[in-house]
Amino acid sequence: MSAEKQDLDIAEETQIKPFTMNFGPQHPAAHGVLRLVLEMEGEIIERADPHIGLLHRGTEKLIEHKTYMQALPYFDRLDYVCPLNQEHAFALATEKLLGITVPKRGQYIRVLFCELSRVINHIFNITTFALDVGAVTPALWGFEEREKGMEFIERVSGARLHSNYFRTGGVAQDMPAGLLEDMAEWVEELPKFLTDLESLLTNNRIFKQRTVDIGIVTADEARDWGFSGPMLRASGVPWDLRKAQPYDSYEEFDFDIPTGKTGDCYARYLVRMAEIYESLKIMKQAIEKMPDGDVKSNDYKVCPPPRAEMKSSMEAMIHHFKLYSEGYHVPAGETYTAVEAPKGEFGVYLVADGSNKPYRCRIRAPGFAHLQALDFMSRGHQLADTVSIIGSLDIVFGEIDR
Amino acid sequence: MATDALKDLADYIMEKLAGSVVSYEFFNGELSLNAKRAEIKRILNFLRDDKECSFRLLLDVCGADYPDRPERFDVIYNLLSMRHNHRARVKITTSEEQSIDSVTDIFSAAGWFEREVWDMYGVLFDGNIDLRRILTDYGFEGHPQRKDFPLTGYVELRYDDELKRVVYEPVKLTQDFRNFDALSPWEAITDMQLPGDEKAMKPEHGWKSTKTGSGS
Repeated sequence: MSAEKQDLDIAEETQIKPFTMNFGPQHPAAHGVLRLVLEMEGEIIERADPHIGLLHRGTEKLIEHKTYMQALPYFDRLDYVCPLNQEHAFALATEKLLGITVPKRGQYIRVLFCELSRVINHIFNITTFALDVGAVTPALWGFEEREKGMEFIERVSGARLHSNYFRTGGVAQDMPAGLLEDMAEWVEELPKFLTDLESLLTNNRIFKQRTVDIGIVTADEARDWGFSGPMLRASGVPWDLRKAQPYDSYEEFDFDIPTGKTGDCYARYLVRMAEIYESLKIMKQAIEKMPDGDVKSNDYKVCPPPRAEMKSSMEAMIHHFKLYSEGYHVPAGETYTAVEAPKGEFGVYLVADGSNKPYRCRIRAPGFAHLQALDFMSRGHQLADTVSIIGSLDIVFGEIDR
Repeated sequence: MATDALKDLADYIMEKLAGSVVSYEFFNGELSLNAKRAEIKRILNFLRDDKECSFRLLLDVCGADYPDRPERFDVIYNLLSMRHNHRARVKITTSEEQSIDSVTDIFSAAGWFEREVWDMYGVLFDGNIDLRRILTDYGFEGHPQRKDFPLTGYVELRYDDELKRVVYEPVKLTQDFRNFDALSPWEAITDMQLPGDEKAMKPEHGWKSTKTGSGS
């Protein structure tokens, strides 16, 4: 057999079908229950087909069977890394339909805790992303700081994760004494940790090799695929709902919108890192300017009356009873209300029919659109790069599967 | 968001897309366009590319079910224009038999959203090359978000240790499904005129609901 003939034979033999590989649903780098079916040509990905829905709990359907007040805690259980931002979206949507306004202190508390949530979310994402690409230390350090932030949420609401703290018309209760001072202290201390974290990652050779020029998304592609939040900003689009369509007094705060230049995994990391600093800036301002007054609307048809009043006022008693049995009625109408959640635009499309239960409550999760783009982002990359891309997408299956 | 600017925009769209967009409404300052089903591609193409509109982002496609109507489903497209800082939504109606043109070639983002509407409501999209179920189980039957689909579903599954696989069985509830109807238990009494009621002042805007939607 001549050498030429042998080469031909090898060429014919290597014409194999793409290798199909299952990634997940039990895989530490799948960030939950993602089943990814990869069609591969050797080590190169030709097609990535995410199979989602393994955490589908029918939240939207359940909400149709619950009163507005009972529906709110479901939002904690969507994206369980930043629950408060999602409660915020639902609270804002119902407030819009009811036409009630939240007292200034309530709004400031919401802003404060939304930003705390954002810091917690970004620390979680950055450190687990680093873990995916091989750096263990950031996760060990980051979870300690994250836990400190969660303690504030626990102190204000009684629960670390499923806090059910933001309510229609304000927040459930005022902050306990001393919390603001402790938060102010934490906000001052956190940058030291962030500097340490950056020193571990930003110029880390291995981290950069795994993330730079991986999963590049141009600004046009990002718009076409419905990206939002840090994913969009990393592609160089300066769009932030807190600036563009401010809600709950965000217009009174001074902060910047960090954007990335390259749109790759590394840019997304940098944007999230910069956003933590901006969030801390907002938190600092909120703590300094925290106004006095009520934390929730005094419309007792929507917000429960104070317990002390219930001891003496029959009307307050009736209001309380009606609220916790029948709930409040939301006038017929519909709204699409969106907030800038840490992962992107989290929207609630709410259709009310005038009764005490939502007729339709559509939840627009940012991660859903981002995960959809995984296919085009990972094409032509190697298997290991998919892990980087998934890590940089910041996906949480609670919100994607709903 | 300036509502006046949105009103002008709505008039502009109505003029440009006369015949495609039937009417528009404002809910709480949000623009909602009611459109013809067959024209959806033309409308979204225009809304995306026109300089005055430039709704470059399709944020969401979702369904809604109104079983009493002849065309029971709404399909709602939520759009965002970053240039003008506007939002708009386009609504079309459809039924179980009539399919809708897929808009995946206009907005890539529509792919999964359409899959979800198909999965949840059974609305068909022509031209979506990947119209598989997305959120429900492999081999799932029915469309769970329809109003006539029970909240508990029809099947439950468990791992059978003898068969060494997952088995599906009809749902068995240890307690009947309870749909708590907390809507004003006293509604019946208040409709009656009791002696002395004529002296009571009627509140201007009562907090009791009108009797719409008796807790379906």
